[in-house]
Amino acid sequence: MSGVLIVGATSAIAEQVARRYAARGARLALWGRDAARLAAIAADLGVRGAAAVEQAVVDLEADDLPARLAALAARCEGLELVLVAHGNLPDQAACEADFGAVRAAFAVNALSAMAVAEAAATCLAQQGHGTLAVISSVAGDRGRASNYVYGAAKGALTRYLQGLRNRLAAAGVHVLTIKPGFVDTPMTAHLPKGALWATPERVADDIVRAIERRREVLYTPWFWRWVMAVLCAIPEGLFKRTRL
Amino acid sequence: MSYHSWGRVCPPAAHGVRLVARDRPLPAVGQPWLARGNGRSYADSGLEPAGCMLDCRGLDRFIAFDAERGILRCEAGVLLDDVLQVIVPRGWFLPVTPGTRYVTVGGAIANDVHGKNHHRAGTFGRHLRAFELLRSDGSRLTCGPAENPGWFAATIGGLGLTGLVSWAELALRRIDSRGIDATCTRFETLDEFLAIADGAVARHEYTVAWLDASPRRRVRVRGHFTWGDHVADGAGLAARRRRAGPAVPFAPPWSLVTPLTTRVFNTLYFHRQRKPVSQRRVDYEPFFYPLDGVREWNRLYGRPGFAQYQCVVPRVAAADALPALLGRLGAAGAGSFLAVLKTFGDTASPGLLSFPRAGVTLAVDIPWRGEDTQRLFAALDAITLAAGGTVYAAKNGSASAACFRASTPALERFRGFVDPACSSAFWRAVEAAA
Ligand SMILES: Cc1cc2nc3c(=O)[nH]c(=O)nc-3n(C[C@H](O)[C@H](O)[C@H](O)COP(=O)(O)OP(=O)(O)OC[C@H]3O[C@@H](n4cnc5c(N)ncnc54)[C@H](O)[C@@H]3O)c2cc1C
Ligand SMILES: NC(=O)c1ccc[n+]([C@@H]2O[C@H](COP(=O)([O-])OP(=O)(O)OC[C@H]3O[C@@H](n4cnc5c(N)ncnc54)[C@H](OP(=O)(O)O)[C@@H]3O)[C@@H](O)[C@H]2O)c1
Repeated sequence: MSGVLIVGATSAIAEQVARRYAARGARLALWGRDAARLAAIAADLGVRGAAAVEQAVVDLEADDLPARLAALAARCEGLELVLVAHGNLPDQAACEADFGAVRAAFAVNALSAMAVAEAAATCLAQQGHGTLAVISSVAGDRGRASNYVYGAAKGALTRYLQGLRNRLAAAGVHVLTIKPGFVDTPMTAHLPKGALWATPERVADDIVRAIERRREVLYTPWFWRWVMAVLCAIPEGLFKRTRL
Repeated sequence: MSYHSWGRVCPPAAHGVRLVARDRPLPAVGQPWLARGNGRSYADSGLEPAGCMLDCRGLDRFIAFDAERGILRCEAGVLLDDVLQVIVPRGWFLPVTPGTRYVTVGGAIANDVHGKNHHRAGTFGRHLRAFELLRSDGSRLTCGPAENPGWFAATIGGLGLTGLVSWAELALRRIDSRGIDATCTRFETLDEFLAIADGAVARHEYTVAWLDASPRRRVRVRGHFTWGDHVADGAGLAARRRRAGPAVPFAPPWSLVTPLTTRVFNTLYFHRQRKPVSQRRVDYEPFFYPLDGVREWNRLYGRPGFAQYQCVVPRVAAADALPALLGRLGAAGAGSFLAVLKTFGDTASPGLLSFPRAGVTLAVDIPWRGEDTQRLFAALDAITLAAGGTVYAAKNGSASAACFRASTPALERFRGFVDPACSSAFWRAVEAAA
């Protein structure tokens, strides 16, 4: 089995995906920014059955991403999957008060994810196979007063992936856009939870299945496809009066 | 997010913080706290509604597994279910397992859980090589039989009151196969049960009995006795493909467990086995964890919830105490599907407050009927105490606080180890009990 790269490997969703690949004996590479947590996760994945695990603290804003990816792909004899999972939930009010916060939110949720996706696209296209799976969000489907900064960044990412999919189809590379709804993870620890919330385990199961079946866009859990279809069908003139 | 007890009777705890990394300091929550595992304790020994739950389910990473020597180190929130999935394919098994695999390693330590092999292996705590204890003063103590032995003994069976266990190291048991050779036989009197048990514990690793505890006027001690051993033919460790079992989707307003349904179920179950003795080769999952097949079965008891009464009485007192306990349960019309009878061996438990001690243990699920059930617990406690027995905090909770206090002489020594920031509803009831 060739390599699986997980970017933002300390994310709760990404960690659950990594466990599923570890149990199948995959060879894993973990990128993130917290060395101690990456080491703890790497050891765990080793016990769970990963053939090999390497981890690295990587600055996603540095311009050596293509070279790093190429070196990794060479070490692993190819990459079968690149999962891009990092992201954060900006405070909407803070963004309205200070545009610097908007820039920061775009830097993490849009630009750095695009940078990795772009580098991975080139790398996978060269080898002529593999999957690029990126976690976007249902929030990117429609702008809403309560979180349009996050939504706009994720929306831009979704659009970027659409383009990459179109570009890479001929090269035999699969691009999966992952749109989770509400997931109970550290990113959302401060929010009150209700019936619509899913566990990272559940979402990870869906992600692994969508990769295997070479789906283009995954809504997880499934009902978000319909929730968003309804939300997106509401005419703008009406939608602007809602508080959703 | 609120935290419930398994029996869903006690007031839930509304506040919690989920821990995600074992090397971080404990969060400063500014109020009393208690570690939370997977919530499989029946009553309030695992809850602090007046404080903050430190949710350990996010501490669920393995640290190291030595598959040659069978030594596993992992974070305290790892479920025994996850442990089994990692170790069984490589020829190892848990040294001790409770009747559900959905408990955490930390929970198994804090209640020093027992299994069907108590007569051979003693409790879970006897197989711990080390663990780390985090205290509210910021200290981290590595504890083991030879290192900080006082803290080791206080924390095993310590009900989460000595601090928070971040990781633990466990010595495993070798197996050659997933299979268990199980034998089941009927008994119709207490003497028969005791005779079968004495024979079985001498020859077999696992023993347990299901008891027909249907409410009825005349006390009968009848049921099925099961013993089992790991299959030793060196084959069949591969994981089975598992499908998630059915789940009880919500708690109905009333309990589905009533004296009538109980009686029908128990009678059918008792007569299901026609032959006096039956032998089967089964997978370890249905053998050890028959209840794990239906997720959230605790909701069958409806909105009122349920309790479990578990006590152990010395062997010499069993002949009087067990019929008295069953008689009292029958008179209250409070019996249930799930009653278990088992003998404990005389291996000493390592924890100051560990429940298991030599004798016969009875565990009965009881649909909750408010004050009636509280009175029933008091009556059962009186019988247990008079017999020189004790109760299991993880099951009975504060309904048996006074009995727990009266039958736990090590309590005095234990108090010295209680973390000043830790507290539970059960512990407050014990300290308030006369
Ligand atoms: C169907 C069923 C069958 C059972 N069978 C048995 C059996 O055969 N034998 C037996 O002994 N028990 C049995 N039990 C009881 C169960 O094993 C115990 O209650 C166990 O402790 C539950 O673990 P948990 O992870 O769910 O922890 P919880 O119930 O959440 O907590 C249990 C205790 O552990 C403490 N705790 C949890 N994590 C930590 C930590 N990291 N550090 C310090 N303290 C911690 C809590 O404060 C609490 O006091 C059974 C329960 C069920 C539901
Ligand atoms: N949870 C939800 O409800 C939800 C819904 C839709 C989409 N998503 C998306 O799912 C993905 C995974 O999130 P999660 O829910 O699993 O949350 P999480 O556990 O909090 O993970 C967030 C991840 O992003 C990383 N990260 C945060 N800020 C960063 C920054 N400035 N630079 C680099 N990395 C950064 C974190 O790294 P550290 O560990 O080092 O902090 C962590 O790896 C994210 O893209 C998120 O937007 C989540």
